[in-house]
Amino acid sequence: MQITINGKPEEMQAGTVMDVLKQKDIDPHMVAVELNTQIVERDRLDTTNVQEGDKVEFLFYMGGGA
Amino acid sequence: MSFTEEQITRYSRHILLPEVGGKGQKKIARAKVFVVGAGGLGSPVALYLAAAGVGTIGLIDSDVVDRSNLQRQVLHHTPDVGRSKVQSAKEKIFLLNPDVNVETYEDRFTASNAMDYIAPYDVVIDGVDTFPAKFLINDACYFADKPLVHGGILRFEGRVFSIVPGQSACYRCIFQHPPPPGLVPSCQEAGIIGVVAGIIGTIQATEALKLILGIGDPLTDRILDFDARKTAFREIRTKRNPRCPLCGDHPDITELFEHEQEACQLQAPGALGLS
Repeated sequence: MQITINGKPEEMQAGTVMDVLKQKDIDPHMVAVELNTQIVERDRLDTTNVQEGDKVEFLFYMGGGA
Repeated sequence: MSFTEEQITRYSRHILLPEVGGKGQKKIARAKVFVVGAGGLGSPVALYLAAAGVGTIGLIDSDVVDRSNLQRQVLHHTPDVGRSKVQSAKEKIFLLNPDVNVETYEDRFTASNAMDYIAPYDVVIDGVDTFPAKFLINDACYFADKPLVHGGILRFEGRVFSIVPGQSACYRCIFQHPPPPGLVPSCQEAGIIGVVAGIIGTIQATEALKLILGIGDPLTDRILDFDARKTAFREIRTKRNPRCPLCGDHPDITELFEHEQEACQLQAPGALGLS
């Protein structure tokens, strides 16, 4: 299926948000995930399915400021 | 309140703008902005808000200036090394614009003092460099109903967005809790290209002025991520999360607290590859 990740179209195997994270080799503890502008909390990553055409955004933690 | 001839000249390029004018400049002069952290983000925020004529700028920071700060913390100059950051900041702001009343607090921002510190202010700016402090500022602004301009930076990247409590997505709507300790590096560990602090900080100052003036479209329910390597911005549309542990429908955070500080792992000088 084709989905959009961080604004770029990408080909991914169908599955859950967690499956997409695994395919992208991203540790789920390092990001917040948004699916079609809705935040998917960590406890729902492996029960939320990603569909063809979905828009996924990964927001990595950024803790600096000083 | 009326402006002197000198002030009219000083703020003339603002007053020329139909969206600001004399009326808007008076709003700026009456505004009180609280900046948490007088470092990488706090420097450009405080300098630009001072230049703009913000009436009161509150600055809290318990640190002294370190030589490694000078690469990005433009409030502080070489002779300030070893001096209190808030004192150094106050002097620079006075030199830039003596109209500004600068309130300085050489203190840590904690769960027990946060509400008292932010109470007199109209807008709060996040310029801190730890996750516990970022979550604490978010929560305090929610409980005190104060607009907050969040900022975060790391390596070549930065993030900024505004939060109007109860109306737009808060930091916890996106990131419910801090990352597990040790997983996400700090700037101290991973580095930061100094100018990114300037870019994100000046956007924070812009958003604070817009909130004060009530003009334009605030950076709410939109997260702006910047990547200096690509010189690219990414705007992530978002909205309040009904499952947010703070501002959601069934919150489990009902009072201020501090997440535990991540263990600070200082790199040995050899790790920088310089020695």
